[in-house]
Amino acid sequence: MSIRKTNRAELSAVEPKGESATTDLMVAGNGLMSRRLLLGLGLGGAGLSAASGALGADFSMPAWSKQPGPGPSGYGQPSRFVADIQRDPGRANPLYPGGGASRTPLHQLRGTITPNGLHFERHHAGVPEIDPAAHTLFINGLVERPVVFDYESLLRYPMVSRTQFLECSGNSGALFRDTAVDGTAQSINGLVSCAEWTGIPLSVLLDEAGVSPEARWVSAVGADAASMGRSIPLKKAVDDVLVALFQNGEPLRPEQGYPVRLFVPGWEGNVSVKWLTQIKLSKEPSQFRDETSKYTDTLADRSSLQFTFPMGVKSIITSPSGKMQLQTHGLYQIEGLAWSGAGSISKVEISADGGATWAEAAIDAQAGDKSLARFRLPWRWQGNSAQLISRATDNHGNIQPTRNQLLAEKGALAFYHFNAQQCWEVSSNGEVKNTYV
Amino acid sequence: MSNVIFKSALAWTLYFALSTPLAVAQDILGSPQLGKPVTQMDLSELDLIASKESVLPAGSGTAFQGREIYASKCASCHGAEGLGGAARQPLVGGNMKTEEVPTRTVGSYWPHASTLFDYVRRAMPANAPKSLSNTEVYQVIAYVLYMNGLIDQYKVINAETLLTLKMPNAGGFIDMSASD
Repeated sequence: MSIRKTNRAELSAVEPKGESATTDLMVAGNGLMSRRLLLGLGLGGAGLSAASGALGADFSMPAWSKQPGPGPSGYGQPSRFVADIQRDPGRANPLYPGGGASRTPLHQLRGTITPNGLHFERHHAGVPEIDPAAHTLFINGLVERPVVFDYESLLRYPMVSRTQFLECSGNSGALFRDTAVDGTAQSINGLVSCAEWTGIPLSVLLDEAGVSPEARWVSAVGADAASMGRSIPLKKAVDDVLVALFQNGEPLRPEQGYPVRLFVPGWEGNVSVKWLTQIKLSKEPSQFRDETSKYTDTLADRSSLQFTFPMGVKSIITSPSGKMQLQTHGLYQIEGLAWSGAGSISKVEISADGGATWAEAAIDAQAGDKSLARFRLPWRWQGNSAQLISRATDNHGNIQPTRNQLLAEKGALAFYHFNAQQCWEVSSNGEVKNTYV
Repeated sequence: MSNVIFKSALAWTLYFALSTPLAVAQDILGSPQLGKPVTQMDLSELDLIASKESVLPAGSGTAFQGREIYASKCASCHGAEGLGGAARQPLVGGNMKTEEVPTRTVGSYWPHASTLFDYVRRAMPANAPKSLSNTEVYQVIAYVLYMNGLIDQYKVINAETLLTLKMPNAGGFIDMSASD
């Protein structure tokens, strides 16, 4: 099956071995089947027989098997046949130089690690081109010894690696709107990514500066043209925050903060300040523009929530998903991603009938703390319309709310921290569209 | 070799059990302590945080003095009267209580006047951040406050008066940080 194309990606069904065997494994309405099917109960042979038709009639030796290809290269690039797997940077706004966002093509990726070139971006004044030899990170404010570090010396500090998600709190914000936007998993939900981040625990550097007893907050500032800053409580800063220098094993990409960024596990992406140049200790938050005017949500009573840091438990179905086209009736694998800023994912359930009945999906066993979990479930599409919804539960028992529950809690004026269940409607002609139930 | 590692691991475990959290990280992770001393004076150009706790720089300005800077450097994006302009980023107007969907502006939404100095100095104008002098920042933010009807055009805005200025929506926020 091919799901590479953003518009009208075509999904073809794989027929299971025996009709009777599969009907026994139906566990919820509208064709949802047991996740045990994925654990060895036999879809294996089915794929082959269906696939032979897709190969076409040409069984001659292909050209690439008859002549040597190019040799090794310095930095490998994706195949040119996947050149359509791209972020969506949109058009530049001359009144907001370098500002904007690009989203991860979630519907075109499998697994849980986001390739570095496809990690989502959000910039407030573009990507600075920083010479690491001329970059410094200083710690000042309420400390015993204000200190400055250069990049070379940071490389000598002890580091740890953690595979964790990063999500912009504006992700899926369009789903607060009254009318369901006609988009893809990327355009609606693509402000989430996951990487292995390697860096120095911030507590190690804070210790060197000597935090004064009265300090309660840490302000982090980047070296971009906006000098973007955010305040985070000291308690979190010394808990699990990293001064990250590596992303999936290589130095950070410029658009992810090269040479050094903050990484704040489980919290809204904006606090993971990129191009980190300053850490300042204080009694109170600094009240930056991006923690007052922006990244705050107004409730129905017109009071506004500030410092709403953790990202709620959430899941999205990445296939089938918006603007895909199911071609034939039969067996499909529903799959998607789930995560929680509070911990790890313990359960994902899927409904194919708009939430009336649910079946538990299989989750990758290695899904870790604050990382993306990949879930999968077989589904037999019989040609009738279906409403596909996923619902995640984390290891603290937090359950992903319905959209109505979230709206009741946050009101219609909210924009950030949308973590409610999302519904993809599959029409009888196989079109997949975002909808509200 | 392995014995040495075992012994240090044991020592680290003891440290872990006995020390305060901050000390633990350092001991276990073995900080090489390569930071160099730096003074606030060294950082005068780099530390741009303007808040209740961070001393705002010397200088002052009035809206009367800021009108020209606003017209030449801000109005093209924010509009001549600060109502949004080409960038659709209004600085003036809005009402949190009466509008069906409140327009967030400096006057209607921003809880702290210090944020205005902090943000304009570090990030504005968007096409040439950090090009304004501290005096120009005081002048132009005085003009923004004046357009919002919060001060008259001769009110002197400086480190002291800015921090005592009460913003209309100052009481409009709920700090959720304690619930994390």
